[in-house]
Amino acid sequence: MSEESKKTEKEWKPRIIAYVCNWCTYGGADLAGTSRKTYDASVRVIKLPCTGRIDPLFLIKAFERGADSILVSGCHPGDCHYNTGNFHARRRWTAFRDLLEFSGIDMRRLHFSWISAAEAVKWVDVVNDVSEKTKELGPYDEFQRINERIEEYDGIFAQQG
Amino acid sequence: MESLRSKAKELLQSGDVTTIIGYAAGTKKGKTKPYFAYTPEECEKLIFTPACVNNLVIYLTRKFDFMKKGKVAIVAKGCDIKTINVLIQENQFKREDILILGVTCDGVVDKEVVYDGNTLSDDEKSIKCITCDVNTPTDFDHLFGEGVESNALEPMTGGIYDEVDRVRGLSQSEKWNYWMEHFDRCIKCYACKKVCPLCYCDVCITEKNRPQWIETSAHSRGNYAWNIKRAMDLSGRCTFCGECDRSCPAEIPLNVINQEMSKLNYEAFEGYRAGYQTEEIPPFVSFKEDDKEDFIR
Repeated sequence: MSEESKKTEKEWKPRIIAYVCNWCTYGGADLAGTSRKTYDASVRVIKLPCTGRIDPLFLIKAFERGADSILVSGCHPGDCHYNTGNFHARRRWTAFRDLLEFSGIDMRRLHFSWISAAEAVKWVDVVNDVSEKTKELGPYDEFQRINERIEEYDGIFAQQG
Repeated sequence: MESLRSKAKELLQSGDVTTIIGYAAGTKKGKTKPYFAYTPEECEKLIFTPACVNNLVIYLTRKFDFMKKGKVAIVAKGCDIKTINVLIQENQFKREDILILGVTCDGVVDKEVVYDGNTLSDDEKSIKCITCDVNTPTDFDHLFGEGVESNALEPMTGGIYDEVDRVRGLSQSEKWNYWMEHFDRCIKCYACKKVCPLCYCDVCITEKNRPQWIETSAHSRGNYAWNIKRAMDLSGRCTFCGECDRSCPAEIPLNVINQEMSKLNYEAFEGYRAGYQTEEIPPFVSFKEDDKEDFIR
């Protein structure tokens, strides 16, 4: 490995977006904080009322805006604050996960988990694991290339005045 | 199709229905167009040939106001009746609000083919007709035409599903390049949305700009989001009428991505196929406590 690539590897930190539900996983992450546990700081947590609120476009948007990995997490089945939100979400994910896989998204960058408000340790483990795997994979350049194409178009328009 | 015309006339004369939605000869030879008959005399123009590709069920949705005027009769092929079933399932209207003039169909022409009056070969048929199993409709008020034998293929095999399986077998980056190549051509004309009988939201997400979920300019980023979003919204609902693929000016293989979702629903949710029963609950408004969750830790 050349000196330069080592340097960039050191500087690069993964961007992980976590869509979590207000009642369980956010509680779990909160508990991890109050119990003074440390976990990888590259995760950005987005709190939603329920995993049933997660629209497929959220995930696409995150990738568009440069996420390297996405974690989606909610209550264990049967524990949903709204009784059935996570059951519906699970069905939606089954289809959406398959659709993303079919359209060529790297499935190693998409993670799903059930984490309850008491499972601070599990939250720490999952986040560290996702972060580690993302570091191994490196930045998600394949998806980011569609952003570059926009710059190509912008270049063409600039030339045309 | 004399029996179809006389029945249509009879229905309008008796006042049972206000409109007959059907097909008439198009301005180009060998083509047809949607046709609306309001008087018995206008029924003379009604025809049905293998060139009748359009899914007329779109006129029953709330994008149009035919349903408000009173009971409507619609000329429908087996595949169109599947779409009617989904709309009834989704409480868009009731079965008794419409009268289905079912027609038997041995396949309609593919998008580039001009119908010349001869029997169609398999190559000339639209890809949806290869796997069709409703050549003789199952739900109708009046049936016209001779009975046609359906193919004996297993569900979700042959025809478009061969292409679905091929794309499934590609590697991750091959799949990405395959779809990027196709989505790159999308010009965001939204013909797929306009022509789809199941895309009937009053306000589409593409019309929302706070926040702008789907970017409006025709570049890959918004194209990807739009096409994936639409495939997801049709998941478990698409009845494979093939109208989006037919109307796409950029020739994006929308059938492949939509039928991938149909196939997934068939495999993951106990053989669910959209459009066969009106009583069945669609997979995404129901759930089972023991749904598969091997991808969740």
